[in-house]
Amino acid sequence: MQFFFEVLIAGLLSGVMYSLVALGYVLIYKASGVFNFAQGAMVFFAALTAVGLHDLGLSLWVAVPLTMAVMVVLGLVTERIVLRPLVAQPEITLFMATIGLSFFIEGLAQAIWGANVRGLDLGIDDVPLEWLLDHANMAISQFDLIAAAIAAAMVAALAIFFSKTKIGRALRAVADDHQAALSVGIPLHHVWGVVWAVAGFVALVSGLLWGARNGVQFSLTFLALKALPVLILGGFTSVPGAIVGGLIIGASEKLAEVFLGPYVGGGIDGWFPYVLALLFLLVRPEGLFGEKIIRRI
Amino acid sequence: MTAQTASNTVPAPAAAKAYLSVNNVEVIYDHVILVLKGVSLDVPEGKIVALLGANGAGKSTTLKAISTLLHGERGEITKGSVEFRGERVDRLTPNELVKRGMVQVMEGRHCFGHLTVEENLLTGAYTRDIPRGELKASLELVYHYFPRLKMRRSAQAGYTSGGEQQMTAIGRALMAKPAMILLDEPSMGLAPQIVEEIFEIVHDLNVREKVSFLLAEQNTMVALRYADLGYILENGRVVMEGEARELSANEDVKEFYLGLSTSGRKSFRDVKHYRRRKRWLA
Ligand SMILES: Nc1ncnc2c1ncn2[C@@H]1O[C@H](COP(=O)(O)OP(=O)(O)O)[C@@H](O)[C@H]1O
Ligand SMILES: [Mg+2]
Repeated sequence: MQFFFEVLIAGLLSGVMYSLVALGYVLIYKASGVFNFAQGAMVFFAALTAVGLHDLGLSLWVAVPLTMAVMVVLGLVTERIVLRPLVAQPEITLFMATIGLSFFIEGLAQAIWGANVRGLDLGIDDVPLEWLLDHANMAISQFDLIAAAIAAAMVAALAIFFSKTKIGRALRAVADDHQAALSVGIPLHHVWGVVWAVAGFVALVSGLLWGARNGVQFSLTFLALKALPVLILGGFTSVPGAIVGGLIIGASEKLAEVFLGPYVGGGIDGWFPYVLALLFLLVRPEGLFGEKIIRRI
Repeated sequence: MTAQTASNTVPAPAAAKAYLSVNNVEVIYDHVILVLKGVSLDVPEGKIVALLGANGAGKSTTLKAISTLLHGERGEITKGSVEFRGERVDRLTPNELVKRGMVQVMEGRHCFGHLTVEENLLTGAYTRDIPRGELKASLELVYHYFPRLKMRRSAQAGYTSGGEQQMTAIGRALMAKPAMILLDEPSMGLAPQIVEEIFEIVHDLNVREKVSFLLAEQNTMVALRYADLGYILENGRVVMEGEARELSANEDVKEFYLGLSTSGRKSFRDVKHYRRRKRWLA
């Protein structure tokens, strides 16, 4: 039982980090109806830029804010030169544009920083937290805990941003009805710019946390694919959905790997989330928290 | 020619200072579909002006041409100009126009369905950089005119009734502190009693808050009862204009738009034929 909880908690903690990645998608999808395929590339780009600057001799305290600025600019530029000219085009066109964008960003990152795997040390050791080991006899990684705490704080901050601030409200208004938002004087480009910048920020934090754990390398872009089952589970438009979806995927993936893995020969965590998402899709296509389309005349 | 028809039927409105003036505007959708064929109209300060006409006459297009919301629908003003408070506004963005005091309430209400009624209202103040207290005061003002919205303030707008959504949409526009509201078919799909309630509030806002209105309506009867002036649009042209009282007394208007005729209501086709002939004769 002790072991079960260890696995469960480790799963939930990595789930929080999935949530964070998924959140990047939700933000952009909610506000502009675009499934941003390039989110994974943005995570990669952000992590690589931060590490690259760090390796040049800058301290993390300088490198991270600098990367933050770079991500905001990248987001604003993307909105300006890729998405704005495509306004009012079919969703599939926008989706294709973000696929193109993702290859461009990946290429750009490697052209600037090279294709080597780089290590990132945030100064948090990946060792079991002693206090828990002593008091509850559970081995929970200190790194996982801190990473989860950071991710949770970001998610909470975003939730407050959405519900309490003027720009957050405008963002939800744009998500609901572009035309109406325009009619009350909300400038769409302004809102979309903010969304892309925030998505860039989320990409940076996810990139740092995942990069510190697994090394900053090209495989970070696959995080994009990991977020997919989270989104299917949680709904593409829901912040709480991304959180709960991430937790479910993280926990079930770890539990499946440990308890079912031995029977099917391991490697189950690679595909189990997709099966789960698929089953879920059949039962509840709009996701756990996906916004129901309100039809009322 | 059309202008002449208009002045023949009803004397031109007293030359009050034009607050909003639309001059010979032509609108084309998708580069080929000509919808407005030179529309001119004036809204004097502090008045309610009704823009009347059958479905498809071009009322909504006229309002969207004024509010510059046409761009989002691949429509374009190809001729003419729009002036608001002495300034040309047809090249502005909706954001700039709202800041100058003109807001459109779109046909079909267009509330933000997933936002609460109060959040809907708050988005209306987006263009105003005002302290919290003033925002609260604006909110209270809207609740004063629409007490129903106060009761429903925390309901999701998508789940409120049609009348409440219309009130939310008007209230939301009011939050921008507008000098002028372009109101598109407020009566659409609402019970007569609710329509009356909404028009009463529009009247109050006009009198007490000094908001001018340009009001597109198919419900000619109600609109002319509350409006000071009226324009009748047909096929993208103004075919008649004048004081609301005189328009509602006009025999043609009675017959075609109010359905009041001694010989009973005519079919749409008859009306069209008759109209055309009549216009040529005039
Ligand atoms: N976005 C659009 N693209 C092409 N044609 C349009 C568009 N919007 C309206 N129209 C056409 O313009 C004409 C006038 O429409 P509209 O202004 O909505 O009339 P009304 O509001 O008086 O019912 C109609 O024939 C309509 O089909
Ligand atoms: Mg219309």
